[in-house]
Amino acid sequence: MELDSKIPEGPLAEKWARHKFGLKLVNPANKRKYDIIVVGTGLAGASAAASLAELGYNVKAFTFHDSARRAHSIAAQGGINAAKNYQNDGDSVFRLFYDTIKGGDYRAREGNVYRLAEVSVNIIDQCVAQGVPFAREYGGLLANRSFGGAQVSRTFYARGQTGQQLLLGAYHALSRQVANGKVKLITRTEMLDVIVVDGKARGIITRNLLTGAIESHSAHAVLLCTGGYGNVFYLSTNAMNSNVTAAWRAHKKGAYFGNPCYTQIHPTCIPVKGDYQSKLTLMSESLRNDGRVWVPKSQQDAEKIRKGQIKANDIPEDARDYFLERRYPSFGNLVPRDVASRNAKYVCDEGRGVAPTGLAVYLDFADAIRRDGRKTIEAKYGNLFEMYEKIVGDNPYETPMMIYPAVHYTMGGLWVDYNLMTTIPGLYALGEANFSDHGANRLGASALMQGLADGYFVIPYTIGDYLATIGPGDKIAVDHPAFKEGEQRIHDMNNRLLSIKGSKTVDEYHKALGHIMWDYCGMSRNAEGLKKAKKMIQELRAEFWQNVRVLGTNEEMNQSLEHAGRVADFLELGELMVDDALHREESCGGHFREEYQTEEGEAKRDDANFTYVAAWEYTGDNKPEVLHKEELEFENVKLTQRSYK
Amino acid sequence: MKITLKVWRQKNSNTPGKLVEYQLDNISPDMSFLEMFDVLNGELTKKGEEIIAFDHDCREGICGSCSMYINGRAHGPQTGSTTCQLHMRSFSDGDTIVVEPWRARAFPVIKDLMVDRTAFDRIAQAGGYISVNTGSAPDANEIPVPREVADTAMDAAQCIACGACVAACKNASAMLYVAAKVSHFAVLPQGQAERTMRAERMVAQMDTEGFGACSFTGACSVECPKSISLDHIARLNREYLGAKLTSNNVQG
Repeated sequence: MELDSKIPEGPLAEKWARHKFGLKLVNPANKRKYDIIVVGTGLAGASAAASLAELGYNVKAFTFHDSARRAHSIAAQGGINAAKNYQNDGDSVFRLFYDTIKGGDYRAREGNVYRLAEVSVNIIDQCVAQGVPFAREYGGLLANRSFGGAQVSRTFYARGQTGQQLLLGAYHALSRQVANGKVKLITRTEMLDVIVVDGKARGIITRNLLTGAIESHSAHAVLLCTGGYGNVFYLSTNAMNSNVTAAWRAHKKGAYFGNPCYTQIHPTCIPVKGDYQSKLTLMSESLRNDGRVWVPKSQQDAEKIRKGQIKANDIPEDARDYFLERRYPSFGNLVPRDVASRNAKYVCDEGRGVAPTGLAVYLDFADAIRRDGRKTIEAKYGNLFEMYEKIVGDNPYETPMMIYPAVHYTMGGLWVDYNLMTTIPGLYALGEANFSDHGANRLGASALMQGLADGYFVIPYTIGDYLATIGPGDKIAVDHPAFKEGEQRIHDMNNRLLSIKGSKTVDEYHKALGHIMWDYCGMSRNAEGLKKAKKMIQELRAEFWQNVRVLGTNEEMNQSLEHAGRVADFLELGELMVDDALHREESCGGHFREEYQTEEGEAKRDDANFTYVAAWEYTGDNKPEVLHKEELEFENVKLTQRSYK
Repeated sequence: MKITLKVWRQKNSNTPGKLVEYQLDNISPDMSFLEMFDVLNGELTKKGEEIIAFDHDCREGICGSCSMYINGRAHGPQTGSTTCQLHMRSFSDGDTIVVEPWRARAFPVIKDLMVDRTAFDRIAQAGGYISVNTGSAPDANEIPVPREVADTAMDAAQCIACGACVAACKNASAMLYVAAKVSHFAVLPQGQAERTMRAERMVAQMDTEGFGACSFTGACSVECPKSISLDHIARLNREYLGAKLTSNNVQG
């Protein structure tokens, strides 16, 4: 199939307006004749479900949580970008667009990213009107902070809980539509398959997590707002239940998967402690506004720290290496995430890491506290410091924090066109679940922006075009054989998992997969390691299906069975990520191939051969996937070697 | 560390439950409380016993999913924190720890330590929002909000809807949850249009759900992982009274 991104013609700044005008509309009175399924109620899902219901469509929204307010968007701390230029510091839609394209290492579509920057200003308006309590100046106007990869202050924030407040805004809007009867909210229910008939998405198969009931739901269109797949690494900053299942099962039904190897490793997370650890906790990137990152200059000092013989504060100023400030004088501690993460890895690889594991660097607030006073720092980061102290048991006002990179976000996801439609007509992917706007690396405070842009300001326009084209009669009832067969497939898969009765737990397989992914397809990758990983994943997957132990039955609440299905999908996705990382013989953004780097150790792109989106097509169980390429065209920015020096 | 756990096991809402004892020998003080449950569930699976069901997700204290009642306290002995943020270093070697689900009529047990908190969502649906359709908002800076007002709104808005306030209350009252929501909107200029109706409707729904009355003992605020202040309950009382005095809502 030929990939058509449907990027509109015309000058960059006019593309979205022209496109909107060209889209077909559904008459207000006819909207109630259409049913739309929204899977996931994070930022993208809740905002889409609420906005579509406001327009008059009948929406069914699904979440596996007990409430629509618990999706992992809630954990985003630092903020949301918008090109408001309230600070009069030279920001503009074009600058946000440019920073995002450059930050993504020139692997995103110009048209999409420009639209994202354009609607960013509407998001802030919308959220303020909903009552989101953004930080304010004394005059009552909105405050901003700066974030990595930008030299302007354009990040809006609500203390260290911006994601929570934005999600609650969307949750409130969604709740209002539930009360109005326009959204039917179905909680504690997981999507396990998408039903495709005559080449169009017709509905989904779900499992009720309380009763185990497997059910069909049909609609005119299906929106997957199901987040990213960072938990393929087992340890990540994602929530425990975040998974790829909805996206992966759609992939197996014909939705291409875009750039699966683009994963973001966040530089400021609390380091790993022991093998019982279940997740990693992020410390907001906003901390890099005031915290200075350093390690000792000498390996000897670092070793003494690791052995507990001396403490961070015993190292004199001239024996400290503020390595980000040294290597990148103009961006300093605010270089983009991929650059900051890689540099932390380098200094630890040199034997200068500081935790007992050797895998940590310092993030030091002593200078900021001296300069601004403890009170100011407390007002800005108080909750983050408390969180750190609860987990680690150290007081960051007195000793520097220890941080290390951890898997945080996946830029890859289901391939979508400009309308956010996947390669299955009628099936859309929004937010982190799609691949679209961040290229090979996402800038801080841009995930919230993209999730809400997709849900509030893109899908309400683009979905109408599809619905008006197919017409209200083009829907299939749930008693259609395709739905019955879909239900049976899920029964069969669950029965198979339950009947293995092997000796290892689901968690053990998940951890083993995570180790492979982190070691060979993590912060840096090479061909030899990736080939090895591919084989290891195949073997692990085969063993899983022979030896996993899942107790209980399908017809009850069964958390092991839920987890088993998700890990089964991760075991397939992992191999595709490795294939994608292996085929992309260049370094770009979060994808760092050791064979392709500049003399200074920076990512070296190969624009002549790899300026494309890799979209993978599933061809059957244990068969190699087929690669399709969507060439990226740059008419408004010049591709340069990214420099933050 | 060696720990003895007494955990509430209950098959479903129709079957009586009981405390079951488990011994754990290899617990690290750096482990989180929920990681200890992961270890226990791994061991139970190997032995062929049914795992303990509990709600959890973000494991960083913000999603509000986790909900254990530990040694008689909601979210355990550490104040201002959720169960997922509690670490075993808060306990001593040889301790016996009793773990129960939230206990409240409006939060029926689903299984083991998992309860049904959808009553909170229905209260939010009754009026916990500002009615503004997507696309109809004015420029964000056209609505100035004094900084202290924004701070008060944020203090209230950071509620994570975990239900610890209800669990901690001898009356199983949901006043702190409802107060946080009402207060968040009542102080903001954007929330004025629906201010009275919101207070009336949310309180009415709270009563319908079967939560108890508030006798203002303050246990809720002490046990709240976000330390939400009792001031918000005072504000809710004022909002509710004011709403009733000026109400056009004849059914209320």
